[in-house]
Amino acid sequence: MTAYLLKRLIIAALTLVLASMVVFAVMEVLPGDPARLMLGLNASAEQVEALRNQMGLNAPLMLRYLHWVGGLLNLDFGRSYTYSVPVIDLVRERIAVSLPLALIALALSTIIAIPVGVFSASRQGRAGDTLAMGAAQLGVAVPNFWFALMLIYLFAVWLRLVPAGGFPGWGAGIWPALKSLILPAIALALPQAAILGRVARSALIEVLNEDYIRTARAKGLPYRAVLWRHALRNAMIPVLTILGLQFAFLLAGTIIIENVFYLPGLGRLIFQAITQRDLIVVESIVMLLVAAVILINLLVDFSYAIVDPRLRGRQ
Amino acid sequence: MKLWKTILAAATLSLAAATSAFAARTDLTLGIVLEPPHLDPTAGAAAAIGEVTYANVFEGLTRIDDNGQVQPALAESWAVSDDGKVYTFKMHSGVKFHDGSAFSADDVKFSLDRARAKDSLNPQKQLFAHITDVTAVDPATVKVTLDGPQGSFLYDMGQVAAVIVAKGSADGNKDKPIGTGPFKLDHWAKGSEITLVKNPDYWGTPAALDKATFRIVPDAAAAVPALLSGDIQAFANMPAQDALGQVQSDPRFSVVIGSTEGETILSINNKKPPFDKLAVRQALASAIDRSAIIAAASNGLGKPIGSHFSPGDAGYVDLTGVYPHDIAKAKAYLKEAGLENGFSATIKLPPVPYARDGGQVIQSQLKEIGVDLQIIPVEWAEWLSQVFTNKDYDLTIVSHVEPNDIDIYSRPGYYFQYDNPKFNDVIKQLGTTVDKDKRLELLGEAQKILAHDVPAVYLFELPKIGVWDAKLQGMWTNWPIEADDLTKVKWTD
Repeated sequence: MTAYLLKRLIIAALTLVLASMVVFAVMEVLPGDPARLMLGLNASAEQVEALRNQMGLNAPLMLRYLHWVGGLLNLDFGRSYTYSVPVIDLVRERIAVSLPLALIALALSTIIAIPVGVFSASRQGRAGDTLAMGAAQLGVAVPNFWFALMLIYLFAVWLRLVPAGGFPGWGAGIWPALKSLILPAIALALPQAAILGRVARSALIEVLNEDYIRTARAKGLPYRAVLWRHALRNAMIPVLTILGLQFAFLLAGTIIIENVFYLPGLGRLIFQAITQRDLIVVESIVMLLVAAVILINLLVDFSYAIVDPRLRGRQ
Repeated sequence: MKLWKTILAAATLSLAAATSAFAARTDLTLGIVLEPPHLDPTAGAAAAIGEVTYANVFEGLTRIDDNGQVQPALAESWAVSDDGKVYTFKMHSGVKFHDGSAFSADDVKFSLDRARAKDSLNPQKQLFAHITDVTAVDPATVKVTLDGPQGSFLYDMGQVAAVIVAKGSADGNKDKPIGTGPFKLDHWAKGSEITLVKNPDYWGTPAALDKATFRIVPDAAAAVPALLSGDIQAFANMPAQDALGQVQSDPRFSVVIGSTEGETILSINNKKPPFDKLAVRQALASAIDRSAIIAAASNGLGKPIGSHFSPGDAGYVDLTGVYPHDIAKAKAYLKEAGLENGFSATIKLPPVPYARDGGQVIQSQLKEIGVDLQIIPVEWAEWLSQVFTNKDYDLTIVSHVEPNDIDIYSRPGYYFQYDNPKFNDVIKQLGTTVDKDKRLELLGEAQKILAHDVPAVYLFELPKIGVWDAKLQGMWTNWPIEADDLTKVKWTD
């Protein structure tokens, strides 16, 4: 177990170093000058040059890379060129939206997907299964920005139960903040639930064909108990893998939904930083996300061990 | 089911009742598409900075009104010396900055000196280039000396980048703007909204609104439901695109189409063959059909232009007829240039609908005369470095939104690569001419040179699509400068 853990940690660290090089190199290759973007069309070349010096953009490439990585190691993520505030402050503000949103969406998607998966698997090939999987197919196929707009027109414009978009901040109270996250969470959860439901169903069907299930049934266990206690637990590994991937996606890959609901989330921050060539913001946040994804994957690996006792002893 | 309907109906009713209870509203939420990177107009070119802060948070010596006219602001009056070189400004008394410090002539001296200093990072530094000295005569009087008469000096002092800041707070204005205006910053939730509140100590007519929130709505599709749900009550310039009709037919909203200072043009690299030949540029001008471009790139709302001048400004000359849409004539021009078989070129299009949509129309129109355009989509950062800075382009479409900027064609090293001594001469004369009629005459002359010489093909003036609650009054119709001046905005009924 310790060796397994150690190996995973070394791989994680190497991945981080490699990612930092790729991220830095890509942002360097990208044409565009943050100083000119900030000063606009009427500024002179000398002014742009002066601002570049001020921002430290004229230092040699290697030096800037080392400076940045050194900062990261000290948990200093640098200062945004455009906002001129520490990157970590920006991230903290955005995480306060993106993390709760991702968690709510993930919870919703799990609550919908697992029962649907179990329902479908236990009625494989029958009308209920066909119906549920048809619905899942629809859930994957419907573009989520369209679905989001439909939700807005129904619940915000027509019924006026929730705001059409925006985020009042947690300072405005838990309920108003949650209210503005409900529709985006539903819009995000639906396609995820559809995917997860299908994975859960096929994993469960595979397990249900195993010999030990027949044995369990043969020794007289009721179908329900076999399904929920023996089969589902064993079908959890692919489900957990997908869940981990989905969580990583939900943290920062939700730019379209963030735009439709004009939520100040991480995805929009990165998008904006790229268009404004706020290099340090892009680089530092991408690194944070890489770290988060690696961490999630580690956690998923460990959770395999929890659902599958056989993995615990494995080297 | 019945119960549900009752509950929903009750909820809707109680909400409606709650809304009508606030008869005389004093708060306003406006939608803006782009978030300002920071809130210091003296340190960044982004138009969104001025949109939020101009006239609301920061004020200059003079100010530009809805019609593009110069009005007094912090300076209540001024006198100009006979030689036109010395301006003596008389300040308002009792003016305070938002941090409580008193405003005086020293702040004017500080602000102007800072903007024209050698290491100044003011995005419009050229506005201050002719100032040779600023003296605070007494706390209420400032004397500004110029190197010669300047026709547009009072106008320039009313521009966004010329606002007056205080020495003690200038460096913090990016995050905590401290101005003298009728509104002050309450809070800025980055990525989400900027809230201004009424300044109780304002020296002039107090604002009618107690609170104004600028909410960032980046997506055009989200703008309509935001209005319909009442979350947002005004867009000074709505990213409406195809959805405008939906709002236009709704009596709850006013849709006010105004003009901007945005000359949308097909810019030409004038030094790059074959565009260095006048006949080739004339061929381009004759081959394009403005009405088709306006229909596609601006929902038919833009006003056609024939030179680099806004139809809303004094001195405008209609030159759209200089090169009428005429394919045969365009082909004749190409023949004259020795290119009767046409040629191929590239067009770089920045990520704005007017450019991306307009570019496709222009591509198909130029195909008719045998000019084969390859469309290269670029983002703004790429556009700025490739097209604007490195002049690595053939054609591009862009809207020049700076007010009264016809002089850009005389700037050395500007990306048009256009150099016409006759034009430069007119602009030079214009700079030092103060007499109003003479100025208008020179402006007309400058427009005519550009229209005939085609350093760029002039397409249309970008419209301002104002959409707001029908009960709201005092929003600007036009954008002589990009500002959402809220000083006169109020709710009726």
